Amino acid sequence: MALFGLFSGKRKTSAAAAKERLQILISHERQNRRGPDFLPDLQRDILEVVKKYVSVRDDHVSIRLDRAGDASVLELNVILPEN
Amino acid sequence: MATVVTVTSGKGGVGKTTTSAAVAAGLAQLGHRTVVIDFDVGLRNLDLIMGVERRVVFDFVNVISGEATLNQALIQDKRLENLSVLAASQTKDKDALTEEGVGQVLGQLAEMGFEYIVCDSPAGIERGATMALYFADHAVIVTNPEVSSVRDSDRILGILQSKSKRAKEGGKVYEHLLITRYDPARVENGEMLSKDDVCDILAVKLIGVIPESKAVLKASNTGVPVILDENSDAGLAYGDAVCRFLGEDLPMRFVTPKKQGLFSRILGGGD
Ligand SMILES: Nc1ncnc2c1ncn2[C@@H]1O[C@H](COP(=O)(O)OP(=O)(O)OP(=O)(O)O)[C@@H](O)[C@H]1O
Ligand SMILES: [Mg+2]
Repeated sequence: MALFGLFSGKRKTSAAAAKERLQILISHERQNRRGPDFLPDLQRDILEVVKKYVSVRDDHVSIRLDRAGDASVLELNVILPEN
Repeated sequence: MATVVTVTSGKGGVGKTTTSAAVAAGLAQLGHRTVVIDFDVGLRNLDLIMGVERRVVFDFVNVISGEATLNQALIQDKRLENLSVLAASQTKDKDALTEEGVGQVLGQLAEMGFEYIVCDSPAGIERGATMALYFADHAVIVTNPEVSSVRDSDRILGILQSKSKRAKEGGKVYEHLLITRYDPARVENGEMLSKDDVCDILAVKLIGVIPESKAVLKASNTGVPVILDENSDAGLAYGDAVCRFLGEDLPMRFVTPKKQGLFSRILGGGD
């Protein structure tokens, strides 16, 4: 294993893959936790609506709630497919 | 004032009961009056790991429902005079654990002079688990270096930070990370998350790394908390973890692969 790694240059280990996946997932789940309880449902509903018009990947729609002073800002990000 | 230490994880089978027994025995060994409570109502096992299974007459739920007094239900450990065990019920279900009832029992234990109350949480995020963490002053998060265990640990951290009594009163529960079933050789080969990876992801202070060890099964076979096996890597690692929990600063042991010498190879290694 170790030798193989040497020859093939920087081959990503399964542990590195695990770390990367966990970091993405957990930061996402923490964001949902911080928001109000309806945030995951809202995200799902928005995704449905967007999908009626364009085909987007599930993970290309994200919403988050930020606090700015005494107001809350709902931020919606949709990555649209090219063309 | 007693300190409530909850051992929790979300995911099942990661080593909570092994850890609860070890931490409680370790605290008692250092002279602290300690009681360890099994919150896994319906599936009690702490009694077996502690080697007191034949001495259980009354349990935690009997005390909550007033069928027995605490003094009748507490089992004094025969090895450590500072250690007592409160078993879980095998017949009742987890709804028997009410916030009021659990709170009263913990209050009485504090009055009796126990310094540490170690709560062995069941797996999951349902009643038994939420009750075990509700009253926590400190939480020991037991995590295996594996994706689902790490994710579940993060969920439990979220619950501690929003649903515990301390959180609801505007404070916070002290969080400690304990990584168990660690295999340094696999970490070195890139097959297992390293302790630093897990710490980066969860961002909780690490109090110990317990290696995957044959000593744990041997200890459970005989009903002796593994921390009392001072010839074992896992026992020593738990000992260090308890000291770190109490604030000591110690280097981590057993986190690099064992150099197998010619001798130990011939003799077949000894752990
Ligand atoms: N460091 C270790 N090395 C080897 N085996 C271990 C180690 N820690 C725990 N185990 C084994 O893992 C199994 C589960 O341990 P334990 O019962 O402590 O987990 P648990 O989290 O309490 O489980 P549950 O969620 O069912 O309550 C047991 O068979 C135990 O012997
Ligand atoms: Mg258990």
